[in-house]
Amino acid sequence: MTFEVYIHVPFCMRRCGYCDFNTYTARDLGEGASRGNYARMAVREMELVRAWQAAHGIREQKAATVFFGGGTPTILPAADLVAMLDAVRRIWGIEPDAEITTEANPDTVDADYIKRLADGGFTRISFGMQSAVPHVLATLDRRHTPANVEAGLRAADAYGLRSSVDLIYGAPGESLEDWRTSVRTAIGLGVNHVSAYALTIAPHTKMGRMIAAGALPKPSDDDEAAKYEIADEAFADAGLHWYEISNWARPGYESRHNLGYWRNVDWAGIGPGAHSHYRLEGEAAGVASSSLESSVVDNPQSKDCGAGDAVARHDDAGFRKTAATAPGISSISVAAGSVGLRAWDIAHPRTWAHAINAGTVPWGGCEGITAREDREETLMLGLRLREGFDTSRFAGIIPDDAWVSLQSEGLITLAPGSRAGQGCIAVPTLRGRLLNDLIIEHLFDHL
Amino acid sequence: MIEPKNKPGFTDQSLIRNFCIIAHIDHGKSTVADRILQLSGIVPQREMHDRFLDRMDIEQERGITIKSQAVRVPWTVDGTEYTLGMIDTPGHVDFTYEVSRALAACEGAVLLVDATQGIEAQTLSNLYMAIDHDLTIIPVLNKIDLPSAEPDKHAEEIAGLIGCKPQDVLRVSGKTGEGVADLLDTIVMDVPAPHGDPKAPARALIFDSVYDSYRGIVTYIRMVDGELKSREKLHMMGIGMTHDPIEIGVISPDMTPTKALGAGEVGYVITGAKDVSQSKVGDTITSAIKPASEPLPGYRDPKPMVYAGLFPIDNAQFPELRDALDKLKLNDAALIYEPETSVALGFGFRCGFLGLLHMEIVCERLEREFGLDLISTAPSVPYEVTAEDGTVHHVTNPSEFPEGKIKKIVEPMVAADIITPKEFIGSVMDLCQEHRGEMGDMEYLSPERVEMHYRIPLAEIVFDFFDQLKSRTKGYASLDYHEDGEQAADLVKVDILIQGEKVDAFSAIVHRDKAYSYGVMMTKKLRELIPRQQFEIPIQAAIGSRIIARENIRALRKDVLAKCYGGDITRKRKLLEKQKAGKKRMKMLGHVEVPQEAFIAALSTGEAGNDRDTKDKIRAAQKADN
Repeated sequence: MTFEVYIHVPFCMRRCGYCDFNTYTARDLGEGASRGNYARMAVREMELVRAWQAAHGIREQKAATVFFGGGTPTILPAADLVAMLDAVRRIWGIEPDAEITTEANPDTVDADYIKRLADGGFTRISFGMQSAVPHVLATLDRRHTPANVEAGLRAADAYGLRSSVDLIYGAPGESLEDWRTSVRTAIGLGVNHVSAYALTIAPHTKMGRMIAAGALPKPSDDDEAAKYEIADEAFADAGLHWYEISNWARPGYESRHNLGYWRNVDWAGIGPGAHSHYRLEGEAAGVASSSLESSVVDNPQSKDCGAGDAVARHDDAGFRKTAATAPGISSISVAAGSVGLRAWDIAHPRTWAHAINAGTVPWGGCEGITAREDREETLMLGLRLREGFDTSRFAGIIPDDAWVSLQSEGLITLAPGSRAGQGCIAVPTLRGRLLNDLIIEHLFDHL
Repeated sequence: MIEPKNKPGFTDQSLIRNFCIIAHIDHGKSTVADRILQLSGIVPQREMHDRFLDRMDIEQERGITIKSQAVRVPWTVDGTEYTLGMIDTPGHVDFTYEVSRALAACEGAVLLVDATQGIEAQTLSNLYMAIDHDLTIIPVLNKIDLPSAEPDKHAEEIAGLIGCKPQDVLRVSGKTGEGVADLLDTIVMDVPAPHGDPKAPARALIFDSVYDSYRGIVTYIRMVDGELKSREKLHMMGIGMTHDPIEIGVISPDMTPTKALGAGEVGYVITGAKDVSQSKVGDTITSAIKPASEPLPGYRDPKPMVYAGLFPIDNAQFPELRDALDKLKLNDAALIYEPETSVALGFGFRCGFLGLLHMEIVCERLEREFGLDLISTAPSVPYEVTAEDGTVHHVTNPSEFPEGKIKKIVEPMVAADIITPKEFIGSVMDLCQEHRGEMGDMEYLSPERVEMHYRIPLAEIVFDFFDQLKSRTKGYASLDYHEDGEQAADLVKVDILIQGEKVDAFSAIVHRDKAYSYGVMMTKKLRELIPRQQFEIPIQAAIGSRIIARENIRALRKDVLAKCYGGDITRKRKLLEKQKAGKKRMKMLGHVEVPQEAFIAALSTGEAGNDRDTKDKIRAAQKADN
């Protein structure tokens, strides 16, 4: 099974009004969870995770990709990112042709920083460009300029890093023309990869509250659909083809790390709030279902482990035992019959660091993934991709006419697969990409 | 606790005083009644709790009396013990008939008026009814302990109404008990004793009949002539049934069995009757062995005036709803129901009620006492619809409205009496006019308050009239109405179509002038409530085949979540699972998925459409028609 490592860096200079990610602006959150000490804590977590894997018969291949996300990973010194990458190499090994990416805020990196990353083994950098229009950037609380982005991209080119830009559409006050400007600008920068996301409003964010209070207009699905179509057409014309609903690239420049998520591979998530995913097969499945009596599936402490009470709940949930038998958690359990395990780190950095200091894998919760849930995930992720979903994988589960009916509604195309052993491949149409939930809900009925 | 000397069945009529209390809701009738029980000594002090007489929880909570009760209370004046029969009357417009039977069981009425509020329309109509029954009226102002009480002002008003002197109006406080003993003395002095024939064959008037889960049907009676004995077979003269009495007794304040009840006395009988329809209010009980030849006057069957469909929100609760209605029916002869099927709402019952409050109370009891979640369709009244071919249809449900050309529609009318402070006369006139009311005369009850008389279609009243009356008069106006014949009217049936499919639950029979506003409002509401789907959904309002209003739900273009990376996957899967589960609860109308909540929200009358778009659309629709 392909193995990937995701490293979350939960720090930002400022929190943007729309941001719903697990990130903090304080320099030091206590228990060793500070910016300065972060790389060391993350490396310790890697060691604990590796020990846990070993204890459960999970033998991962070398990491095919490593991805640093945030937060703002580039808020840390380049040396810290490189140190964490070195730790991955030491602990799991890294494939020779691995893709090593970091996200970057355009105003936190300069040419020197990027050179250090390149020297340290990074291969790819993804800039949070968001928009090329000043008033949209202002609405999004972003302080960088399109010039920052360009400088970053040039530096990346100069040191041999692939690059990507992220765009956000649908911000309050953004016109269709504003959006065309951003799309054109991104294309004009000559990037080989673009991600474009509809702005998602979480109700508890500053922007969410302003919209609820009527101070900002509510995003409209129709507006977003129109913008999606604008982007898809313009990118395609520029030779950037969609390969996932929100991602476009020149052939060969797709993000291999992110493709891994949609292909449902294994990955270790390191850092507060990061998720991990393991398929439980063979020895690992035997270990998971036989050695563990109690069922902690969907641990109640999981969601939003708050700062204050997470420690206590962390201790209550069966992890304390493991502290005694450190290193590694030996009592995570999943329901018998689970084919996969998803675990997530404690969200708050201080509580997370406390767990690491106590010698435990700092997971805040986990769930066993049943065979049916695994099918649901495989399907819902696979149908986001241009490479499509091989319908023969669920032959006898999803009847042919369900696929055919989606095709007749213009939501998917069906074509025979090109590789040996493949059946019909279902690929969402443009309409089907926008109405992806509808497709999946129809198919969920059969799972 | 005292032991009364006068024994049931052996009390001379000259010592009996039967009276009721006429009062508006909240004017403190139950508190005064409680005080009377306390003063008489039949309720031990420690058992006294507020509102002793209102037994149903819901009555205690709402502070209104749905079912009357009859209590036998001793009261001694100048060394002579008298037996008072206190009959508690229901206080709302829907129960006019029950009130009239309670009045028929009395010789006197205490007119109880809140000294802070003055008399209200329903009280006034009950007062007129009492005067029609030749009852002796004892006017009383209550709540004189309150700082906001204006006893002098309201005494004038009452004096003007019943033709007494302001100083004859008694003043009491149910709360403190002040003046209640004087009131009891006055009842003994002023209310005439009953004057039935103790030797004649027995005749007893049923003025209430209730179902008790332990005792079965308890029937409250007022003996008029003769005597009923606990071992004699009883005969119900109106419905023609004979029962074995299981128990005869009086309430003082608990049910106390006695051997007999004599002329003039108030008490109860328990028979083997299975539900209250076998022991109806207004009927005459006589002895089966020595029957009377003529029943007492005034018996009639309760007639439903408001109809609505009741549906369980969870259709699996249909059998429970049936059981619950069967149980309520035991206690409520006026409630009628039959099964009904709706495309939109599934299985339910078409129910007939005496009026809106009756409907509200039934729904509330079904929800509260039986734990049902219900949705009710808009209330409707009975129409006589004559089709062009001359066939006459009795329409209590818009779905029964005949197709094709209509020759004539007749709708029930009511005479409405509205009492309002004079500054709201204009608002009330506007409101009545908007509701097709025809103005009768108007009287000043006092320099500040006016009683206005209108003839209005019942259909207009049952919709939202009362709420609007209250809001337009800042809560000061009160309303009473009673049936007043019928009239031919230009009514139409408006259907609502979702993607061309008629949705039965939203059909309504309305006046042609209101059809447009109903159509526009309903289509707009549904456009907001029905989630967008893959295809465009037209929502139309139609009279017959003619579309009078139209809204479109545009096709859904995007539902996908833009981001789905490692941390999003579980959340996304759960969201999709939840959405899928939500769809299972949706009703399919053709291809359109409509959430149950949309039906419920659309049926709940709420804000009237006063926005510009609604007004423009209504005007446009009317114009197109003219």
